[in-house]
Amino acid sequence: MVIQVRFFASLRERLELSDCSLAFEESITVEQVWSKVTNKEPLPANLLCAVNMEYVSLQQAVKAGDEVAFFPPVTGG
Amino acid sequence: MPIDIRATAFEPYHEVQAYQKKMQAAGQYGATAVFVGTMRDFNEGDDVQGMELEHYPGMTENYLTSIGQEASKRWSIIDSLIIHRVGELRPDDPIVLVAVWSAHRKDAFEASRYLMEELKSKAPFWKKEFLADGHRWVEQNTPGR
Repeated sequence: MVIQVRFFASLRERLELSDCSLAFEESITVEQVWSKVTNKEPLPANLLCAVNMEYVSLQQAVKAGDEVAFFPPVTGG
Repeated sequence: MPIDIRATAFEPYHEVQAYQKKMQAAGQYGATAVFVGTMRDFNEGDDVQGMELEHYPGMTENYLTSIGQEASKRWSIIDSLIIHRVGELRPDDPIVLVAVWSAHRKDAFEASRYLMEELKSKAPFWKKEFLADGHRWVEQNTPGR
């Protein structure tokens, strides 16, 4: 299975990564996606995540073709 | 209930007037609540010279559409308009416009407050501030309630 992973704002700058693909065999959660693509970087305290542009928890399972996004607290408006 | 993410400057009061004309609801609305958020030239004790607003294209529009639909369920509103800037901004540039039309003021006030607070707390936008000696990301929004 392959998914797309995206990072935004300060997280994108800190990790020097805006997007990447991740291939995996068995079902994994959003938290495991983070761990794999960041090489086990500790989870930021205020991390927000989305799957297919909807907010999800870190325990959400991902499936082939999903777009997983990680970002810091939002500051619009 | 349009959602408009703009990469160029806009004039919020002109937008309200122009949209209101297009709505063709004259006589139906007795209340229009308008909120405009504008870029300040100070934050946390520092002079801010400019700002860059990043967003998550697609998710932002989806999220703002969903809160517009939720507002329509909770309150009796005739229409709403949300415009939000992205890209490079200067102090005094409008950042966001939320306008809500309803028959009576309670619905317009409460729905516009709801839309602004939801936008500030969950819509995927991020501000980067430019100071005299570099830049920094705004870490979180101030509470609105």
